[in-house]
Amino acid sequence: MSSIPDMMDVSIWRGDGTFGQFESFKVPAQESQTILDVVAWVQQNQDPTLTYRYACRVGMCGSCAMMVNGVPRWTCRTHVKKVLVNNNLEVGPLRNLPVIKDLATDMDPFFDKWVAAEGVHHPTKTRDAPIEPILPTNAGRVEASSGIECINCSVCYAACDTVANNPDYLGPAALQRAWTVYNDSKDANKQAVLDAVSGVGGCHNCHSQGSCTVHCPNGLNPMNAIAGLKRVTAMSFFKNGK
Amino acid sequence: MLDIRLYMLQRISALIMAPLTLGHIAVMIYAIQGGLTTAEILGRTQGSVLWFSFYGTFVIAASVHAAIGLRVILSEMVTLPRFALSVFTWGSCLILLFMGARAVSAVTML
Ligand code: SF4
Ligand code: SF4
Ligand code: FES
Repeated sequence: MSSIPDMMDVSIWRGDGTFGQFESFKVPAQESQTILDVVAWVQQNQDPTLTYRYACRVGMCGSCAMMVNGVPRWTCRTHVKKVLVNNNLEVGPLRNLPVIKDLATDMDPFFDKWVAAEGVHHPTKTRDAPIEPILPTNAGRVEASSGIECINCSVCYAACDTVANNPDYLGPAALQRAWTVYNDSKDANKQAVLDAVSGVGGCHNCHSQGSCTVHCPNGLNPMNAIAGLKRVTAMSFFKNGK
Repeated sequence: MLDIRLYMLQRISALIMAPLTLGHIAVMIYAIQGGLTTAEILGRTQGSVLWFSFYGTFVIAASVHAAIGLRVILSEMVTLPRFALSVFTWGSCLILLFMGARAVSAVTML
């Protein structure tokens, strides 16, 4: 407990996306305290009407992401010690998504874009066919594996300036998913994926500056996946004219 | 607001411009070494199909490339309907083409 004072100053966003303001709370500091612990403490001890979202509390479900001191983070795995500035914390709803109330955002646009990016499996076989073995060292498998630990937390989506400036942009997570599906040798419709990521909101809008990769709490690299999509769509353009 | 078509156009126009830019710089350096006068330079470029194609291609590639780049910047600064964005893109492309064509014709036409 060494250098942390007894009470922290915490500002929390109250309201929806259009109307609202930050409200200040004094929260007792504790050893091994996460941002989610702080928010939960406020809701349980100071204002039961505070709205926020979480489920697993162990970094698996992707539902607890918020802006902490202006940076998108998974709050259940972010230690207060790591982000406290001058004994202050500012917690707000995730950027680039409509706010439902307080810290809870509407994640529908984020998930709708996963579908729009054709991030769905197109089967090559029926459920009765024997399971086809895929070598873990297979090049496509290695690419696909690099993106599968995504927990859909939307931290990368909140970090992306291209999303902020172009509401049609599919965003890093959905495009990374498309890249995973594209590299899956058991996927039957790769052209559908390429078509889905080649429109006005597609992968070609990415500036490759990598905020998504810097902020992804799981250490994934959506920027790299998007570069892969740019490569294969360019090749397909030369081959098929689209 | 880039789809694959605009993205490829921008990449391909960049690929075309790269060697032309190097050629242009090389010619500039060459032209000032021996102290060529304007009249001497014009004497070599006017009526030359080679220089007309060289700078003509340059102007076309640069107009396409710059118009798409400006489109991206504008679309990220202000929210515009897609139609307005297309008008802006085509407009910038045509203005650049016009200015470039004037310069190329002045230097290479007899
Ligand atoms: S690299 Fe691309 S997807 Fe990632 S934050 Fe930047 S613009 Fe967005
Ligand atoms: S790529 Fe990373 S930051 Fe983006 S949704 Fe997946 S886990 Fe979250
Ligand atoms: S609560 Fe599940 S990831 Fe944070």
